[in-house]
Amino acid sequence: MRVRLSVNGGSQEHEVEPRLLLVHYLREVVGLTGTNVGCDTSSCGACTVLMDGESVKSCTVLAVQADGTEVTTIEGMARDGVMHPIQEAFREHHALQCGYCTPGMVMAAASLLEEHRNPTEAEVREGLEGNLCRCTGYHNIVKAVLAAGSAREALV
Amino acid sequence: MTVTDSGVAGVVGTPMARREDPALLSGEARFVDDLVVPGALHVGLVRSPHANARIRSVDSSAALALPGVVAAFSGADLRDEWAQPLPCAWPVTEEMLNPAHLPVAIEHARYVGDAVAVVVAESAYVAEDAAAAVEVDYDVLPAVVDLEDAATDRALVHPDLSTNIAYTWELTPDPGAVERAFADATHTVSERYVQQRLIPEAMEPRGVCVVPQPFGDEYTVYSATQIPHILRVMLALSLGVAETRLRVIAPAVGGGFGSKLNVYAEELLCAALARRLHRPVRWTEDRTENAQATVQGRGQIQHIELAANGDGKIAAVRVRLLADMGAYLQLVTPGIPLLGAFIYHGAYDVPAYSFSCRGVFTTKTPTDAYRGAGRPEATYAIERAIDALARKVGVDPAEIRRRNFIAPDAFPYSSAPGLVFDSGNYEATMAKALELAGYGDLRVEQRARRAQGSSRLLGVGLSSYVEMCGLAPSRVLASLNYSAGGWESATVRILPTGKAQVVTGTSPHGQGHVTSWSMIVADKFGMSPDDVEVLHSDTAVSPHGMDTYGSRSLSVGGTAVFLAAGRVLDKARTIAAHQLEVAEEDLELAGGTFVVKGSPERSMALGTIAFEAFTAHNLPDGLEPTLEAGVTWDPPNFTFPFGTHVAVVEVDQETGRVDLVRYVAVDDCGEQVNPLIVEGQVHGGIVQGVAQALWEEAVYDNDGNLLTATLTDYLVPSAAEVPSLTVGRTITPSPTNPMGVKGVGETGTIAATPAVMNAVIDALAPFGVRDLDMPASPERVWDAIRGIDKEGRA
Repeated sequence: MRVRLSVNGGSQEHEVEPRLLLVHYLREVVGLTGTNVGCDTSSCGACTVLMDGESVKSCTVLAVQADGTEVTTIEGMARDGVMHPIQEAFREHHALQCGYCTPGMVMAAASLLEEHRNPTEAEVREGLEGNLCRCTGYHNIVKAVLAAGSAREALV
Repeated sequence: MTVTDSGVAGVVGTPMARREDPALLSGEARFVDDLVVPGALHVGLVRSPHANARIRSVDSSAALALPGVVAAFSGADLRDEWAQPLPCAWPVTEEMLNPAHLPVAIEHARYVGDAVAVVVAESAYVAEDAAAAVEVDYDVLPAVVDLEDAATDRALVHPDLSTNIAYTWELTPDPGAVERAFADATHTVSERYVQQRLIPEAMEPRGVCVVPQPFGDEYTVYSATQIPHILRVMLALSLGVAETRLRVIAPAVGGGFGSKLNVYAEELLCAALARRLHRPVRWTEDRTENAQATVQGRGQIQHIELAANGDGKIAAVRVRLLADMGAYLQLVTPGIPLLGAFIYHGAYDVPAYSFSCRGVFTTKTPTDAYRGAGRPEATYAIERAIDALARKVGVDPAEIRRRNFIAPDAFPYSSAPGLVFDSGNYEATMAKALELAGYGDLRVEQRARRAQGSSRLLGVGLSSYVEMCGLAPSRVLASLNYSAGGWESATVRILPTGKAQVVTGTSPHGQGHVTSWSMIVADKFGMSPDDVEVLHSDTAVSPHGMDTYGSRSLSVGGTAVFLAAGRVLDKARTIAAHQLEVAEEDLELAGGTFVVKGSPERSMALGTIAFEAFTAHNLPDGLEPTLEAGVTWDPPNFTFPFGTHVAVVEVDQETGRVDLVRYVAVDDCGEQVNPLIVEGQVHGGIVQGVAQALWEEAVYDNDGNLLTATLTDYLVPSAAEVPSLTVGRTITPSPTNPMGVKGVGETGTIAATPAVMNAVIDALAPFGVRDLDMPASPERVWDAIRGIDKEGRA
């Protein structure tokens, strides 16, 4: 089947197997390997990307279902060589160790901060419930997302 | 702390943001499955659905008929690929039984997930289809699941061995002293604890890609491993390939926690298939395979007894363990209980000691290292037991610990089991932790709630720990029958342009070694950490190493870096003295420049010296060109981090749900190179330890099926389940190494599990609850509150 979609602002068009998952399309067809696969039950969130601005687990979406959408992956977050404020906050607060969950966590955080402009700690913890990290104990991830939220609020 | 020769403290000791992060945050970092390898074939494993079964036949014809399938092999087809079975490097006793463990089973599958056949295809999707199409005929035999039952030899995992007991290991330095202590005791405690099996669940599953080089029978092996150096040696032995023809690279690795400290069937298999098919061969584990075919942790039944006098001063500790090996002995499976065997007396001064352990085969996934490896189990047992003792003596849990701590002036402390604890001030960490937690107020609040009959039961739990890490002095490893050393190597260079290069034998997978090693060298050389390149995890670049596990990397590998940088400075000083025509003693180092004492205008910067060493036009007679030094450091002792953690839980009396509402950790890991990284290690370790207490368990049914093989069944906590953590520290330098560092990779996990369980039991005290198995699930807690036992009897 033919899919046509936008990935990080660039248009993509490919013939794909109907069963191909979006995450494998992004990784193997488009060649963007920043989005990781951590499980096979949509539990871990390592594969989180934005589809038309909403976070989705790309292991739960078929590539053909993404036809006509705008997809943003971790590779689309930095602009002109400058990291996105959420990426910056993750670095400043040591919110990553091995970094495998990080792309999905950053995308989930981006979606969360779209919904809650300046969330509370409880909202951040609930909002990131679908993304697992085995290294950080979440303490610094929560700190980073809270910092990114309040930094943006200060700009508004 | 100061690690600069100039006496100016620099970046070491500061919370510098990590240099690793930009590549990981941008998606540019390359994990094994991210590597683009043209022409690579994909492996699919056919795994046994039975815990114990004879393999009658393997029929791959339907798989081979699928388009895109290149080959299929049974275990028998691959028999001649193996020069040796999968390695076990820790035969803990001379008599230990170690059944041959092949990458693909030939006649017998011994756990659910044991590989019985393999397919090779042009894509991962087709490989999965093909694996499902292979037909295997089994003769199903009874599973051996329960550990105590397995120890009776009622049913055998390996009938050829005639027993399920792999080994018995004893450590009782003075049996008479133990007997006397129990005979004379006023109070005794006798407890039985179950260490449930845990699944490590590194977020990146394992992955392997083996690329044959076009000429000369050489192979490049990419693996998601913690141990590229050890893996290279073991691959050479198991495949019968010269070590010189193997290059092992661990690219970005997404966490390990001990689960990637192993030599796995799939690593050997991909290499053998690449050799056989002359094509690159790759395999990426899925999460269910990860649960079944990657090693699991813990899995012990512990009997611990304490003998104490009337004040609760402990005179003896006696421990009897059953340790679940699983179906086979992986790389260090039998040695894991031994890593705890010496510290079942915990942070307490105990004169008489007895430990014994039996390693037992079961028809389950092999166990091996998981964060803490033996030490969380030991700490759990003593910290639960000392709370039981406090109840018997009738004193507060803090007071019983205070009465038993090894005193600050007792270091170096020679323990009854035979270790020398380097340094410590245990009571100081407890005092600080109690203060940060507001311990007195918590007890007031608890009394008030109990008086009101509140259904939100408050529990407070303590855990004071000491652990042995920094693996390890090679001679001590020899005495434990371990087949390798415990040293680490580093080479440090100043390059012709004045930048520095570090080559380390450690293999980071989240620990931030690039950052920490560059900080150490930057301070030594008076340069920016950004000017220090750190190379690692590729045997062609870093040929010598013992890799990363056991909280060893800083205290062993970092020390090697520190010492090598010092030797580079010694050589630079010699060159500077020669060119400035002064004695070496007349030079002092300030900010990366050697200055003649009393003549500040006469100086040479390290960058200049490096260029002079590179051109070698004007060096002292006999001095070798270039500015570099290599050090292989074998530590004289382990290091012994310690601390006290306080967990505060609320238990809902109506539902049995336990909420961790507050957590305080005060740890002492000696000097800290980067406190940001230290705290990160503590946070992550704590949550893994909390998870054992409250949520995680690898559950097997009576037929040996793993019921928790996905992340929907195995409850790795999310951010929503845990609170923010309060982390404090004290700093007691270790005298074992020149930087005074200890280790911090495992302390959180070691301390947290008993702290939380002690808190849960404290919350349930009004109901007469004295014990509870882990995890403290709502069902178990609800039953305990209502006096219902494990068999469902009220």
